[in-house]
Amino acid sequence: MSHLTFQLAAEGASQHRPLIITLFAVFVAATLGITVWAGRQTKGAEDFYAGGRQFSGFQNGLAISGDYMSAASFLGIAGAIALFGYDGFLYSIGFLVAWLVALLLVAEPLRNSGRFTMGDVLVYRMRQRPVRTAAGVSTIVVSIFYLLAQMAGAGALVTLLLGITSEAGKILVVVLVGIVMILYVSIGGMKGTTWVQMVKAILLIAGTLLITFLVMLKFDFNISTLLGEAAKESGKGAAFLEPGLKYGATATSKIDFISLGIALVLGTAGLPHILIRFYTVPTSQAARKSVNWAIGIIGVFYLMTIALGFGAAALIKPETIIASNPAGNTAAPLLAQEIGGGADSTGGAILLAVISAVAFATILAVVAGLTLASSSSFAHDLYVNVIKRGQASEKDEVRAARWATVGIGAVAIILGVFARGLNVAGLVALAFAVAASANLPTILYSLFWKRFTTSGALWSIYGGLASSVLLVLFSPVVSGKETSMFPAVDFHFFPLENPGLISIPLGFLLGWLGSLLSKEEPDAKKYAELEVRSLTGTGAH
Amino acid sequence: MSTAAQPPADHGPHEEHEGQHGAPHEAPPFTEVQSGAEFTELRRSYRSFAFPLTVAFVLWYLLYVLLSNYAGGFMGTKVLGNINVAFVLGLAQFVTTFLIAWWYSRHAAAKLDPKAEAIKNRLEGGNPRVEGDA
Repeated sequence: MSHLTFQLAAEGASQHRPLIITLFAVFVAATLGITVWAGRQTKGAEDFYAGGRQFSGFQNGLAISGDYMSAASFLGIAGAIALFGYDGFLYSIGFLVAWLVALLLVAEPLRNSGRFTMGDVLVYRMRQRPVRTAAGVSTIVVSIFYLLAQMAGAGALVTLLLGITSEAGKILVVVLVGIVMILYVSIGGMKGTTWVQMVKAILLIAGTLLITFLVMLKFDFNISTLLGEAAKESGKGAAFLEPGLKYGATATSKIDFISLGIALVLGTAGLPHILIRFYTVPTSQAARKSVNWAIGIIGVFYLMTIALGFGAAALIKPETIIASNPAGNTAAPLLAQEIGGGADSTGGAILLAVISAVAFATILAVVAGLTLASSSSFAHDLYVNVIKRGQASEKDEVRAARWATVGIGAVAIILGVFARGLNVAGLVALAFAVAASANLPTILYSLFWKRFTTSGALWSIYGGLASSVLLVLFSPVVSGKETSMFPAVDFHFFPLENPGLISIPLGFLLGWLGSLLSKEEPDAKKYAELEVRSLTGTGAH
Repeated sequence: MSTAAQPPADHGPHEEHEGQHGAPHEAPPFTEVQSGAEFTELRRSYRSFAFPLTVAFVLWYLLYVLLSNYAGGFMGTKVLGNINVAFVLGLAQFVTTFLIAWWYSRHAAAKLDPKAEAIKNRLEGGNPRVEGDA
């Protein structure tokens, strides 16, 4: 039975393949056009890294939303709600509340005191080379984990949306996604990438609005009816509308949920690809405005995923969703097909194609943002300031950044090809946990604590990084369970899937201890400069 | 880059930091500004607003997480039709997030921006940069 529905879903998908591919090709052609145009205007380092700092608060808010609303949140949350009801919705709340940390504590001071990368702010009153190296390493690790998740997701999506089942076909698509992404970033730099993010954000919001509207139309715009119908069709009754189906199973899974929640809320403000977006606007006021726009756009988007998820639960049988993808990742496209008139109708075909193309655009844009963050950090932090000791010309630096893009893009393609079968959710949560454990403590101490020292910065970055990565390595994400990356072996001893509960406090603790125990005197004069600049915008780049 | 003729007080030697930010040569007296009344007031106005508010929304979020985990019965209480307490609290998280963002931005525009702008203008020689923000 479930095998049969899977067959049907796959056939439905391959039937509409030409339409999906056409729509996607239009998106790629249009965005590559924008990229080439942006590339012509990209001359110096400020253009490549920060898009010339000429975007408005609204434009950057839209681009931040584009960077943040990944396929994991679009397809993943809708799917999780469709299968687990209320617990799927919990994810999005952490993702949204997290923006307040960025708004209140990070965005404006970072904009005022940094130039191109997260490292710029961290090294302000520290010894350049060790802290730059640490900031570069942590930026690249976080971005690569995130990138890996997106590439793995792209591979899985291809099977589901295009009906490509051959291994060679899937590899080809991952390679193509990688090549387009390399073109975006290496040619267009931050300016091109920002425009791609804006286009993608508009498409994603428009597509989600359309499906939400059609779902609500079906239920007479009555949320209670929608929820009731979803609870009934899910076969789980009232429990479907209450917390507990996904995270409430055992005492351990409950603690795991707390750990995840903390990582989500504290991770966002430490994600390098988000942080560098604040440099694309001219002032700290514009940075504030862009976060406000992002909170509005992302908030409305997550509210709509409720309609998407519960709509899918109400209108499509759970067996059909699970048969198509066990994690529920295709619930949103299946819903689009259903709401458009069903698998055999033209309306269904068109809506499925539109939503699938939007999902591809989403992956492509997020992957581009991540690649830009890691290649910027590689060129600016590691190449220019560590290897060349600050002695590289601007031209040299931009060239290094473009080549770093090609290199990191190639790594992403190779990882993407091998990562197709990996557990995607674990990787994204890991990226957030590493960002919250290694980056956030260092950023906050740098900005607000006058006694913070080079040792403190190194302890918190490397300590947070090592503890979160090691805890995941010895967690059920990697081994010991059927859902693990290596289900056949078992070397796990850490019970939680998310390390945040341990590694985030540890990152903060190590930064504090490292500063207190080091013999070096904190540089009061440099801190005065950093503090005055970060709060007033004096001498901002 | 000589530090000899700088204003008095606690300016130490700073050879180890030279030129990494490409700042203008006559560096503003940041240490004096930092300990001055105007900046102290700006910092107080920022921190006394942002820090407690951050603690508050993180606790409010944690409360929601804990209730979802350990108060299933309460969360499942029906409020209106099929809408239960869990949904109301979840939506409340959205609402408080929007409100806090709005509230902070209002505070920043009214209380922080004018002070910051005044200090910045004085330090940069009264030459305000054109704000190109739409």
